[in-house]
Amino acid sequence: MKSCDIAVIGAGPAGLAAATRAADLGYDTVLLDEQPSPGGQIYRAVETADHARTEVMGADYARGRAIVDAFRASGAAYMDGALVWNISTDRVIDFSRGGASSQLSAKRIIVATGAVERPWPLPGWTLPGVTTAGALQILMKASGIVQEDAVLAGSGPLLWLVAAQLVDAGAPPRAVVETTPRAHYRAALAQLPAALRAPGYLAKGWRMMRKVKRAGVRHFAGAENIAIEGADAASAIRFTAKGASERIEASSIALHQGVVPNQQITRLLRCDHAWDAAQQCFRPVTDEDGQSSVQEVYVAGDGAGIGGALSAALHGEITALAIAARDGRGDPARLKSLRAERARDAAVRPFLETLYAPAPHVTAPADDTIVCRCEEVTAGAIREAVNLGAPGPNQVKSFLRAGMGPCQGRVCGPVVSAIIAERRGETPGATGYYRIRPPLKPIPLSELAQFTIPDAPEDR
Amino acid sequence: MVRRIEPDGETFEFTFEGRTIVARPGDSIAAALTAAGIVNLRDSVVSGRPRGVFCMMGSCFDCLVEIDGVPNRQACMTAAASGLEVRRQRGGVEVQAS
Amino acid sequence: MSAADHRADLIVIGGGIHGCSAALHAALRGMSVIVLEKDTVGRHASGVNAGGVRRLGRHYAEVPLSQRSMEIWYGIADFLDDDCGFQVAPQIKVAETEEELAQLAARRDELNDMGFTHEVLLDRAEVRAHLPAVADHVVGGLACLDDGFAQPYQTTFAFQRKAESLGVRFHEHTRANAVRKEGGDWLVEADAQRFSAPRLLNAAGAWAGDLAAALNEPAPVEAIAPMMIVTSRLPHFCDAVVGATGRPLSFKQMPNGTVVLGGGRRGRADRATNLSEMTFPELMLTAQTAIDIFPAMRDATIVRSWSGVEGRMPDDIPVIGPSARHDNLYHAFGFSAHGFQLGPGVGEIMGNLIATGATNAPLQPFSIARFSDAPQP
Repeated sequence: MKSCDIAVIGAGPAGLAAATRAADLGYDTVLLDEQPSPGGQIYRAVETADHARTEVMGADYARGRAIVDAFRASGAAYMDGALVWNISTDRVIDFSRGGASSQLSAKRIIVATGAVERPWPLPGWTLPGVTTAGALQILMKASGIVQEDAVLAGSGPLLWLVAAQLVDAGAPPRAVVETTPRAHYRAALAQLPAALRAPGYLAKGWRMMRKVKRAGVRHFAGAENIAIEGADAASAIRFTAKGASERIEASSIALHQGVVPNQQITRLLRCDHAWDAAQQCFRPVTDEDGQSSVQEVYVAGDGAGIGGALSAALHGEITALAIAARDGRGDPARLKSLRAERARDAAVRPFLETLYAPAPHVTAPADDTIVCRCEEVTAGAIREAVNLGAPGPNQVKSFLRAGMGPCQGRVCGPVVSAIIAERRGETPGATGYYRIRPPLKPIPLSELAQFTIPDAPEDR
Repeated sequence: MVRRIEPDGETFEFTFEGRTIVARPGDSIAAALTAAGIVNLRDSVVSGRPRGVFCMMGSCFDCLVEIDGVPNRQACMTAAASGLEVRRQRGGVEVQAS
Repeated sequence: MSAADHRADLIVIGGGIHGCSAALHAALRGMSVIVLEKDTVGRHASGVNAGGVRRLGRHYAEVPLSQRSMEIWYGIADFLDDDCGFQVAPQIKVAETEEELAQLAARRDELNDMGFTHEVLLDRAEVRAHLPAVADHVVGGLACLDDGFAQPYQTTFAFQRKAESLGVRFHEHTRANAVRKEGGDWLVEADAQRFSAPRLLNAAGAWAGDLAAALNEPAPVEAIAPMMIVTSRLPHFCDAVVGATGRPLSFKQMPNGTVVLGGGRRGRADRATNLSEMTFPELMLTAQTAIDIFPAMRDATIVRSWSGVEGRMPDDIPVIGPSARHDNLYHAFGFSAHGFQLGPGVGEIMGNLIATGATNAPLQPFSIARFSDAPQP
C-alpha cells in the first residue's frame, strides 16, 4: 500500500494552498481530486480557459490561475480524476482512478471538499431544465457554454454573480427572482459597518447588481410560493411578489439558496459536527486552524464553514502551517499574519449571513413537494414518519429510503434534518444528520471484485 | 437556447440515442448535451418521470446515462470522447410487491 | 428512588428484534414490561441486516424454532398491524459443482430423516426455473420455496409499536449500567434512573456478554460486524434469496430493484464506541462470487453499505432460555448473524417461558450452561 505524510482531498483553493504549503514544508504530500484539472468548482478549468472566457468569468476567477500554478510548481503529488470513496478510521483511503480502486495510507488528512448548494425543494424542481445556479456557472467555466434566457431564482451572492456573468457573456437572464425576505435587509443593516472592514466585497456586489439591472434584466424582490411548471421539461416559473402573482416562461430555471459545507467525508470520518445557527448549516467542529475532533484529520476551506474562495486559500495554507507548527516546524510569523488576514476577510460574513439567510419557506417545503430527488420522497411523507415516531434522519432513511439513492443524501440531507427538527420542535443540531456510510459515491461492483491489496491476508 | 462563448474551435462527435452530438475538448458529456439543447437524460427509477442535469458537479446523480452499454454513469463527470455511444437511462424498474 | 413507572413485571435489556418481540409476547400474556435500550430501537444488527426470513440451511437445533417463527411470519401483517415488508420468496442455496450438490442432497436426506420436509433439492433445470439469470456452471441447489424476506428496521419498529400499544414502556438512550438482585427484585441502574422488576431478560446482543458476566454467568460473546453492500436499482431479474454452497454469499434483489449482497465477510466492530466499520478489500470475494453466479451483476454499481454490531457465539448458535445460575433471569442473545427470522418465534417462546415459568420448546442446545460446563482456561 502506498503511504504519505499528508493526503489532501479536494483541489479547490483550500486544498491547493494546503498541498502547496505542505509540500514546501517538506511533507510527502498527495492531493486527490475527482475533477480532471485543478481549481475546484470556483476555479474550474482555470488553466485552460481562454481569454474570452476568462474575461466573462471576471478577475476573481482569473486569480485562481496563480493558485493553480503555485501548486503545479510545488512538490505535491497530484492525483487527478481520483474519486475518494472510503476512508477508514486508521486513515487508509480507498479511491477509484481510471476504473480501478486502490489504497493510500496517510499519516494526516486535510479534507478540502468545499461546499455544495443548499437544497431548495419546490414544486417542479426535478424537471429537466431546472438546475442549480452553480450548474450554469460551471457550464460557462468548463466549456464556455452560455444559457440564454435563463431565469435565476433564489438568494445569495452567487445568484447575482451568475446573472452578471451571463450579462457579460451577452446572454442576460430573462429575470432574477429573489426570495430574500424584506426583513433580512433591515436586520443586515446592523452588520453593515463591520462588513465595510472587509476589503472590496460590498462594492463588488453593488457593481454586479447594477450591471444586471442596467442590462434590463427584470428583478423581482421578496418572491414567495415559487413553483416550476412543465410536462417533460421546465416551461415556466410561477411565484408571488409584492402581492401579485407572476408567471415567466422559461426553459432554463436556475435555483440558488447559498452554499453549505460538504459534510460527506467529515461525517464518514465521524468528526463531530455542530449546527451553525448563523450560517444555517451543519459544519464540522474545528479549531481556527482546521483541526477536527478526530486525531490527524483537518478540514480546510468552505468544508469547515462558509468563508468564500479567498478565505479558503488562506485557510488551506494556515492548516498546513499549523500542522508544521505542531511538529515544531514552519513559519509562526506567517501563520499569525495569515490568521489575521483571514479574520479581516471574514468581517463581511455576518452581513451576508444575515441578509442571505434562507427564507423560512426554503427549508419547509409543502407536503406534496419532493425532497429526496433520488427516491422521490415528499416532505409530507417525512412529516408522517416523524408523527409515527421516527426520531431522526436515519430512521426516516430506513423507513422511507430518503437519502438511500445514488446521491446518498448529499442533496436532501439538510432539508430532511430541517423538516424533522421543525416537526419535533427542536434545532437541527438536536435532530442530527444522516450517518454517512461508504462508498461515498457509487462504485462498480466489478471494480470491487478486482480490489486487492498486495499485502492483505487471504482471509481473516 | 444555448451558445458558446468561443464561436470556433476544434470539435469531435459522439452519439446520444443515435443522434450525432458535436462536442469540444474539455466538454463533459452533460455539457455537450446541454450545448446541443438536450435536457432529458433519463427516467426516474421511481416514477419514470424525466430527469436532466441539475448540479453539474457530481453531487446530485440526476444526469445518469448509459455510456457504451454501461449504465449509471454521471454525464457531468464523464469527459465526452469521440465515438462514444450514449443512451438515455430508462428507469421504472420498481416491481410491484406481490 | 424508583418511581412507580420504573417498576414492572419484566425488564428487558436490549431493544433489538428479540427484546421487542419478547416484550410484546410477555405483554400479550398480561405482564407489564419495561425495555431498556442504550441507543435507539433497532440501531444495531436488528435494523441493519439483509432481512432474510430464512429457514434454509439452519443448524438442526434451530429448525423447530425456525419453523414456529415462520408460522408467525406468515401472519405478521395481522399480528403487528404492519406488513413489515414481508414477502414470501424462495431461499435457494446454489451448488456450483456436483460435489456441492451431493453435500446439499445429504443435508436434505438428514432433514427428511428428522421429519422435516421444508428443504427441497433442485436439479439443473429446476434451479433455472427459479433463477433464469443464474450462471451456466450452476448445477442445482437446495431450496426452501416458501421462505421470504422482510424489511429489518420496519419489522423491529413494528414490534416496538405493537408492544407500546399494549403498554410496554420503552426507554431509549438508557444504558443499563449495573444490575443486582435486591429482595425479590432485579434492580437495574441506568445512569440516574433505577428500574425494578421480579424478572429480567438479557437480550442485549453484542453487549449481552458483559451483562451475563456481571451476573456471574459468563458467555463468550464476540462482537462482529457483518458487512452488506447494496447496489443501485437494476432491472428485475431475481425473485429468490440466493446463497452459495462452497463460498459465502447472501444475495437478494429487493422489489425496488436494488440488490443486497452480503455473506460471511466481516468488518471491524467495537462495542465500546458502537462503531462498526467496513473493510472493503474483504468484500472482493463477495463481489466476485455475485458476478460469477449472476453475470448480470457485472454492470451493477454499489451505492451503499451497512455493517451493524452483532453478537456471535463460538458455536454459532444463540443462547436462549433461563439462566443456569439465577432464578427469574432469562437470556436470548448471540444469534450470530442469523437471528432475524427467529425473532417472532423466539420472542413467543421467551414470553411464554417468562410468564409461565415453563416451555415445551426444545431449548436445551441453546442453554447458557454449555459455556459454564466447558473447562475453564
